[in-house]
Amino acid sequence: MTQKIFKRIQEFIIERIILLSGAMMIILVALIFAFLIKDSASLFRTINFFDFFLGKNWYPISDPAQFGILPLFLGSLLITLGAIVISVPLGIACAIYIKEVAPRAVGEVLKPIIELLAAIPSVVLGFIGVITIVPFVKNVFNLSTGLTAMTGSIMLAFMAIPAIVSLTEDALNTVPSTLKEASYALGATKWQTIVKVVVPAASSGIIAAVMLGFGRIMGETMAVMMVTGNAAVLPTSFLQPVRTMTATIAAEMGDTVHYSDHYFALFAIGAVLFTTTFIINQVGDFLIRRIKK
Amino acid sequence: MRLLSPRIAQKVAMVVLTLSALVVVLPIVCIIVYIFIKGFPAISWAFLTEMPTNGMHSGGIFPAIVGTMYLVTGAILISLPFGIMSAIYLTEYARKNIFTRLVQMAIINLAGVPSIVFGLFGLGLFVILLNFGTSMVAGSLTLSLMILPVIISATEEALSAVPKEFREASLALGATKWQTIWNIVLPSALPGILTGAILGIGRAAGETAPILLTAAAFYLPHLPRSIFDQVMALPYHLYVISTQIPGLNANIQYGTALVLIVIVLGMTLVAIIIRWRFRRKKAW
Repeated sequence: MTQKIFKRIQEFIIERIILLSGAMMIILVALIFAFLIKDSASLFRTINFFDFFLGKNWYPISDPAQFGILPLFLGSLLITLGAIVISVPLGIACAIYIKEVAPRAVGEVLKPIIELLAAIPSVVLGFIGVITIVPFVKNVFNLSTGLTAMTGSIMLAFMAIPAIVSLTEDALNTVPSTLKEASYALGATKWQTIVKVVVPAASSGIIAAVMLGFGRIMGETMAVMMVTGNAAVLPTSFLQPVRTMTATIAAEMGDTVHYSDHYFALFAIGAVLFTTTFIINQVGDFLIRRIKK
Repeated sequence: MRLLSPRIAQKVAMVVLTLSALVVVLPIVCIIVYIFIKGFPAISWAFLTEMPTNGMHSGGIFPAIVGTMYLVTGAILISLPFGIMSAIYLTEYARKNIFTRLVQMAIINLAGVPSIVFGLFGLGLFVILLNFGTSMVAGSLTLSLMILPVIISATEEALSAVPKEFREASLALGATKWQTIWNIVLPSALPGILTGAILGIGRAAGETAPILLTAAAFYLPHLPRSIFDQVMALPYHLYVISTQIPGLNANIQYGTALVLIVIVLGMTLVAIIIRWRFRRKKAW
């Protein structure tokens, strides 16, 4: 009898602990957000809200300091858009090739190779980028430096491809084979079937893949810091050095005084990054969930 | 009027698709082979076991290897229990309600937070507020948050692969829910959980941004003596020697990149093999 009661108490306690560790995930995300907001709020006590978001000058150590993140935000956006333009068509085509065109054995070899790319540390890719893509861009466009937005876009496109390929593959997997068979039966070629049947049927999954790739690119730090030249100026062309939000935090945080305006400004950039990726990830996840139903 | 007949369009399209797969896959193979070829001559027993000397222009990378091992061990020890428990919650206990949905949203978001933002959080909370300073413990804690989603999703997958009948048989014998989970479900899911842990280790070993602000030292003349000391770490060391020190012997850079890539890809490979063997040997 007492043993039974003991067991019940034990069961109850374990259940609470497990529930608590689930709750911890929510608390953790809330805590990260709270930290970013708290320190950003300290910045806006001394710096005007609009000067931060719309300011064209990021001069954190001049006197008086100016914390306009527009050049950094546009830098991130420019590089991200460039990377998307390269990686989305390539990634989708690659996934279609693996899923619909390649012989099974070839697909089975290609998939783990692409998985390996996702595992290579970004600092290693940055290192390789410095000795390959940087001189390539410099020579092809005849520039004085190869550390440009375009270099960053190529680098990031490459890094986003594994995520885009594997999510697009998942989306293609959800297309019922009866749809394809019906299309073949009507005399369509394989390519016509892919373009007119398979891709439209998988479209929301593919959009989710693009969204999550976008989030991944936006948040990348080390590789992008190593290949883009890090000039905090309003970008006017793809072939000039730019600086992203992530690189700014990584490069400058080490030199700031704790709880100074500069420190708070970098946290505010973190809050912008967090909010952006939060929205992108939730929308992507929403799309994925909708397909699964 | 059509520009191309369907047959020709089909041929052209297949060539384009094949080419784009090549454009993606070839550079990956080239990068890995290139680092192996260029890095291999630098690897020697001395390179792996000696301190850097002469302003890192010569000597080995021993403290960076040890530092990464310390950081990663700490991170996995912290995140493994929490990750497994959260996954147990989601697969075994969770009901379909708003709380469960929030937990799932949190995990998805955690997986998508930029690594530098984890670094900021670690700096604000562990380094400054809790006053751990720039230290191994702050770095391990920050990394552990980052690899939580990896461990949770692998464990979730492993747990839900255990057939329902196993649980029902155990419950029918009079075991409690927790006894069933502990004695039946977890042992069956162990290889899958192990895969997640190894992938987490690989991920943590390669990350630079989270430890940049919380743990990493540019150069230390000795190994860390306590968990409140700074450490050198491989990914940060590679960043330092490839961007901050001009005129460095390229051999050292390639050698460091090779060691890092062997650790990270080695982990990933081991995880892939365990997963593959597990799927093949599964008794059910």
